[in-house]
Amino acid sequence: MKNWITGLALACALPACVTINIYFPAAAAEKAADKIIDDVWQLKNGAEKPNVKAVEPASAPAK
Amino acid sequence: MKKILLSLLLLLSTVFASQFVAAAADLEVNTPAISAIKGSMQARHGQLGAHYASGAIGLTKDGLIAVRDANVVPLKDRAALNSAVAAENADRANLYKEIATANGHPEWQLEIQSTFAGRWIDKAQGGWYYQGASGWVQK
Repeated sequence: MKNWITGLALACALPACVTINIYFPAAAAEKAADKIIDDVWQLKNGAEKPNVKAVEPASAPAK
Repeated sequence: MKKILLSLLLLLSTVFASQFVAAAADLEVNTPAISAIKGSMQARHGQLGAHYASGAIGLTKDGLIAVRDANVVPLKDRAALNSAVAAENADRANLYKEIATANGHPEWQLEIQSTFAGRWIDKAQGGWYYQGASGWVQK
């Protein structure tokens, strides 16, 4: 009986974890953005910035 | 009873695994709606390119564009510029929304928009203007 209750509790808790884990895929979004911008602005020479780091602050830093 | 519990667990792990895979994969950007918006923006860029270079328009920090200095554009062309900017912004807003919905997460729209905002500015040519924290900045 105790086992059963533990199992049920686990079954209830697991979906909650799943919900929390649906995070925004920032790196994938940057990749998608780069692809679309290259197409729209026709920046075909992708060699300019081959290793753009995925880690970047949310707001654009002053340059 | 054990059998039911086992099948429930199996079902849950399947759900979990599929969600994880979806989150790890690339974003879907090849839908017909997204391609159509891209095509329209690509065509419009022929017109807007010169205006970015002259500083008439600039990239805003929220992933759109805005008229920055209408005075560099001849009076007769200003109406056309304004409508091109409005059309571009409508396309951009639609693009962000379409990417979010194409990936099953409409709530991602704003995050996608802010991701694009940074990337547009990053990929802008030297001399173009973008909105910094305290106003227009020339790249």
